[in-house]
Amino acid sequence: MAPLLDIRDLTIEGRSGDDWMPLVRGVSLTLNRGEVLGLIGESGAGKSTLGLAAMGYVRDGCRIAGGSILFDGIDLVRAPEDQRRRLRGRRIAYVAQSAAASFNPAHRLIDQTVEAPVVHGVMPRAQAGREAVALYRRMQLPDPDGIGLRYPHQVSGGQLQRAMTAMAMASRPDLIIFDEPTTALDVTTQIEVLSAIRDIVRDSGTAAIYITHDLAVVAQMADRIKVLLRGQEVEEADTRSMLSAPREAYTKSLWAVRSHQRPERPPPVGEPVLAVRHVSAAYGMMQVLHGINLDLHVGRTTAVVGESGSGKSTLARVIAGLLPPARGELRLAGRRLAPSYRMRPREDLRAVQMIYQSADTALNPKMRLREIIGRPVQFHAGLSGAALERRLHELMEMIELDPATFLDRLPSELSGGQRQRVGIARALAAEPRVLLCDEVTSALDQIVAEGILKLLDRLQEELGLAILFITHDIATVRAIADDVVVMKDGRIVTQGTKADVLAPPHDPYTELLLSSVPEMDPDWLTRVLERRAAPSARAAGR
Amino acid sequence: MALLVPLGWIAAVLAGGAALGWLFRRLAMTAAHGTRAARAVRSMPLTAAFGLAVILIYALVGLFAPLIAPFSEREVVGAQYLPWSSEHWLGTDHLGRDMFSRMVYGARNTVGIALATTALAFGIGTVLGLIAAAVGGWVDQVLSRIVDAFMAIPALIFAMLLLTLLGPSIPNMILVIAVIDATRVFRLARAVAMDIVVMDYVEAARLRGEGLARIIAREILPNAMAPLVAEFGLRFCFVFLSISALSFLGLGIQPPTADWGSMVRDTATLITFGDITPLLPAGAIALLTVAVNFVVDWQLHRASGLKD
Repeated sequence: MAPLLDIRDLTIEGRSGDDWMPLVRGVSLTLNRGEVLGLIGESGAGKSTLGLAAMGYVRDGCRIAGGSILFDGIDLVRAPEDQRRRLRGRRIAYVAQSAAASFNPAHRLIDQTVEAPVVHGVMPRAQAGREAVALYRRMQLPDPDGIGLRYPHQVSGGQLQRAMTAMAMASRPDLIIFDEPTTALDVTTQIEVLSAIRDIVRDSGTAAIYITHDLAVVAQMADRIKVLLRGQEVEEADTRSMLSAPREAYTKSLWAVRSHQRPERPPPVGEPVLAVRHVSAAYGMMQVLHGINLDLHVGRTTAVVGESGSGKSTLARVIAGLLPPARGELRLAGRRLAPSYRMRPREDLRAVQMIYQSADTALNPKMRLREIIGRPVQFHAGLSGAALERRLHELMEMIELDPATFLDRLPSELSGGQRQRVGIARALAAEPRVLLCDEVTSALDQIVAEGILKLLDRLQEELGLAILFITHDIATVRAIADDVVVMKDGRIVTQGTKADVLAPPHDPYTELLLSSVPEMDPDWLTRVLERRAAPSARAAGR
Repeated sequence: MALLVPLGWIAAVLAGGAALGWLFRRLAMTAAHGTRAARAVRSMPLTAAFGLAVILIYALVGLFAPLIAPFSEREVVGAQYLPWSSEHWLGTDHLGRDMFSRMVYGARNTVGIALATTALAFGIGTVLGLIAAAVGGWVDQVLSRIVDAFMAIPALIFAMLLLTLLGPSIPNMILVIAVIDATRVFRLARAVAMDIVVMDYVEAARLRGEGLARIIAREILPNAMAPLVAEFGLRFCFVFLSISALSFLGLGIQPPTADWGSMVRDTATLITFGDITPLLPAGAIALLTVAVNFVVDWQLHRASGLKD
């Protein structure tokens, strides 16, 4: 039987100035009915471009320069736009990374779910409504009969992502393209969405292309995996053999990323650099932190873990002085630190520096690196002229960027990883004692993130920094932490050295968090779900 | 046939405009060759080139008015309402002054005053708007409520009221229109800056201990430029029209100073006789308005990073 989707030698180019740059170079791909293909690679590898091309769609400013896309015998490259439009949403559906941005906030979920089947004339409105409710039920959404009447902002991110999958399934398509559907979710939510997607794809016999940069996720979902690098195919194999025996060096390096480990450091001695004592904080009437106690020591990294809304970023904002605590106090090397940054002397401001999650908003887009990094040097150390220039070169070398090439660039002329490095350099320019890192690697690909973690590690060794590292990724914690703090709902659930917290026995929440982290084993999801189902089945039977 | 003639004229005007734009772009490309601006000039659309060319011509005419105009601005040189002739190119007005010379001087007066007024309005509005956004709290409340109160009164009536109180003179008019227009600029600057002050890089600057002036000048203003520049073009046109309206009503630029708005009023009776001369100053205003907006659209397109 002919494959459902047959892409041959596809080349897609994107406009850059007056030239066309290839984004996808001669990639071929076949997908049979009911099969799931995983596409992985770093950002810029052309995964999403290829995924969209499978719908016969290219983004603005891009064009298909060569090759063919056969969907069920129809050549999508040559088919008229009208015919392609009739396929999309009906026979080919798309699930985007951000469900929140993909739903129209002005309409109820159910109206958006039934839109495609009704518009394409697959089924009448009443039947589509019934099927939508059935889909909500199969996606394990709470209150499947009533949830469709809600607006997108009235459901959680994980539920919205599942509703979006239901929307894609509504006209019973032959092919669904999932573009990083769980990247923006917490691990505990991700596992629910993954299992719902996997079950529904399996049960309905739909073919799927699953795009992600997370290997452990793709291992759960895909029958076959294709690895892309800079628009070219590196290799393709079925999931199990790819995981156990990757052929190419690049694939091996992808696999090796999660193995970054650092030798144990001796336990802390002496007074902490920064002590957080009984701190509670609130946004207006909403209490977000309850009695937090925390020590940061010279040369040690304390990782704060928890899902979104657990108050971990708020903790960093309290330490930085952006949100004065309602109760409790902060001590910097034994001295009391003013609650608000406005009242802190320059020396205290200098001692505590922050690195942000999104380097896009953390760097002024209209400033060149020379000023972004130079200003704190000028401001705190009072350097100018040749001394400033020397210090700038020193900082650029610390973050492993060539001063001659980069100093006069704008942030938009850098890659995501380079921007994050600049964010680090700006913090280091103040010669701080404490670094607050708020999810600094979560917006980056694994290989790039790995580079940032190694850099932070090295700088910590050299400069004796105390680092507070906020993350929701347990793999990152394993890689860099000395001490671990687990937070939930504004309280510390457990804290201690990495070995203590990550080794059993765990308290129930830490256990849930740890067991939700995907592993590079294709059977992991099945196993976890079985294990979790077992106690509840017992409880139900009793 | 009767329809074809005006169509022919419109086609001729469009072709002329396109030719002017193309010619200007070629000249600019030669002038900017090898510099940083060369790329921007090369990608400039024809409309923007046309707009720049028109603005440049207006500026030159305004600057060198005494050299270009054959007669003086205020001198009575002939009979009233003379028709177009080789001596008086556009005839004379109701007092017998040379229309063409007054058009030329009008460019200097009307455009110059409009430019000064817009610049002043932007100075006041932008500074206060950015301060309101950056400081927030009661400073923002006080400034915003004052502006709301000002905006509650129709602009033209308010301007007329103030000018009647202060007495119609050019400095007074500049001040009054600038203050009234500054309220609109304030609203825009504040709204734009509100989105910028929540950015992490502004937070980083605050955490560094930077003063308000530097945060506004270096962190916020450069990122607010694109919408403000667009507004400058629009605002310039509105100010232009306000001045002309006030002059038409007799409260703006006072006779015998030449001004396009009052020139329309002074010669308005000719329209009844089928003479288009009174429409020429109005046409000059319209042309400049279109030209400025062409340029602003182009700048906005570039600043916002939109690709075609």
